[in-house]
Amino acid sequence: MAGEVHDKVDVLIVGSGASGAAAAWSLAETRMRILCLEQGDWVKPTDYPTNGRDWEARLFGDFAINPNRRARETDYPINNGSSPIQVVNFNGVGGGTIMYTAHYPRLHPSDFRVKSLDGVADDWPVDYDLLEPFFAENDRVTGVSGLAGDPAYPFHQPPMPPQPLGKTGKRFGETLNKLGWHWWPSDSAIATVEYDGRAPCINLGHCTPGCAQGAKASTDITYWQHAIRAGVELRTRARVREITVGPDGMATGAIYYDADGKEHFQPAEMVIVACNGIGTPRLMLNSQSGRFPNGIANSSGLVGRNLMFHPFAHTYGYVEEPLDGNHGAQLPLWSQEFYETDRSRGFVRGYTLQLHRGAGTIVDAIANTARGFLPWGEDHHKVYRTILNRKLGLSAICEDLPEEHNRVTLDPVLKDSNGIPAPKIEYTLSDNSRKMMAHGVARSKEILAAAGATNIGGESPILNGGWHLMGTARMGTDPERSVVNEWGRSHDVKNLFVIDGSIWVTSGGVNPTSTIQALALYIADAIKQRLSNATLFD
Amino acid sequence: MGPKMQPRTLTDAEARDLRVLAGTMIPASDTYKMPGADDALIFADILKSLDRDFDDARAALAHLAKLSGGSYAALPPARRAEVAATFKQEGGPALFAVNRVVLLCYYRDDRVMRSLGQEPRSPFPKGHVVEQGDWSLLDPVKARPPMWRKVK
Repeated sequence: MAGEVHDKVDVLIVGSGASGAAAAWSLAETRMRILCLEQGDWVKPTDYPTNGRDWEARLFGDFAINPNRRARETDYPINNGSSPIQVVNFNGVGGGTIMYTAHYPRLHPSDFRVKSLDGVADDWPVDYDLLEPFFAENDRVTGVSGLAGDPAYPFHQPPMPPQPLGKTGKRFGETLNKLGWHWWPSDSAIATVEYDGRAPCINLGHCTPGCAQGAKASTDITYWQHAIRAGVELRTRARVREITVGPDGMATGAIYYDADGKEHFQPAEMVIVACNGIGTPRLMLNSQSGRFPNGIANSSGLVGRNLMFHPFAHTYGYVEEPLDGNHGAQLPLWSQEFYETDRSRGFVRGYTLQLHRGAGTIVDAIANTARGFLPWGEDHHKVYRTILNRKLGLSAICEDLPEEHNRVTLDPVLKDSNGIPAPKIEYTLSDNSRKMMAHGVARSKEILAAAGATNIGGESPILNGGWHLMGTARMGTDPERSVVNEWGRSHDVKNLFVIDGSIWVTSGGVNPTSTIQALALYIADAIKQRLSNATLFD
Repeated sequence: MGPKMQPRTLTDAEARDLRVLAGTMIPASDTYKMPGADDALIFADILKSLDRDFDDARAALAHLAKLSGGSYAALPPARRAEVAATFKQEGGPALFAVNRVVLLCYYRDDRVMRSLGQEPRSPFPKGHVVEQGDWSLLDPVKARPPMWRKVK
């Protein structure tokens, strides 16, 4: 084996984002030697864009959500091919939670039973009731704000009060009441009061470029703080090339590169993959061996397949009086009016309507220039004054049903800076998704009209909207139809686990981080239970 | 700027065309007491902010020069307007990248921000005030029966 060989650890976690952090924290109580390898760096609060006047510009630079645009040393390139939705992510301690909106809904009970209820896709091997205690534990550790009593969900009690309603929320609330449609303050992974050492939100603006205040629950300041104090080691600038297997078919560890490009081998008793729905299949497909020539744990041929995004149908308009602009969390409210299946709509499953505050001063100028509304010349100034801080936006986040032809493969040419083959995305929108998006746009326009908005625009699907990466190493009880079992262990390699969005069977129509983390805690709990009775690798 | 990128600069001719183009996009306004995007301070910001868009900027300016038959900046105003209209139609992603940089720099200028009633400052550490609102607005929704599907 070339390169430096390290001491063996009990648990090797690859990836420090939403799921890796939660699992590390949960497993820390076992007192096992746990190591997490993360290809990116820690991000210092002083590095976040809202510390400076150029904060909006940095959304198009070193804090761009698209890794191909951001192109940090710690990023890997992605061939998005002809996909109408481009992958967005962040590589660093905290992973995608550094850049997420912190909009934090759970999947609904029906989301785990789509085959039984609607005759499409597959049921999950777990359900809402099983995950409920892990949702609650995750809400507590993460620090979630919200309001109990939403009729769209089984009762749950967020530990903090909701985000402020604001002028924008008031406008939406009055409008949706007029239409008789559901709306509710979002569960948000944003502190609204002091919580576990975190300061409350001071409405810096949209949360996607990271939170300088530390109010947003990125896992670098939540789970990792506790996990590291409990003895977990987190090694940054460690980019894993492949998971290795021994002659007995068990995972033996991982080969990775450090920041200087030097190769290392990290032996481990068990390996947990937590690299998101793109990074995980990429790593598994790159982990080829005589035993697994098509990638580790891929006897089903499903590693990389069934890629699901959430197609976002974004619609917006402008009212006459100023609203909140970009001040405050971006997604303070949701509507679940069209979430559950109603076949009279012409499609199955449904979507959440995310109700947005406005855009930043510059981002709105760019968007309106792109669509030809904000002109060049003297009229620029006059027209700009009709849009500044006057935006109402809605996004229908549509359930994306699994299809095997939507997938992640290895690009034959494109490689990262360590020479590791990059992921290639093959993805098309289904007819069901198109109908759902059209329905979402039509309902959004009804809302905007009822709110008195004019100058309607939109983007459907949002091109840079591949935030949610799911399905590419799905869970199930049948080894021929799934990659991992009902508690996240690979069917093929009995000391290999997958815990990120890759294991999702279906996507639901909500942002996934809450459920990803609840699943990671559930799998960690399953590991601990089987450790205690020595059945973990049976 | 990406960590491996080195600063690059436009030629003097490219910079002259870009400055005039920026003023075409967003001219100074007496009505609104606004500087143009060709203002010296704003344009200096534009030049140093091309960064990831440098290649697109250079491609766009080459296209502009071709449409102008040489220097866009040297054209008489009437002809300049014609060329700008054509360029706006034909410029594609490269032009949009340039337009984006112009907007990014223009709308963070202190004078522009103040003219729009915006505070010229970073969001952190002061933050912003968002009114709490009256949650009794939710009463009709609270009165609804459960909407989620029961699952056996």
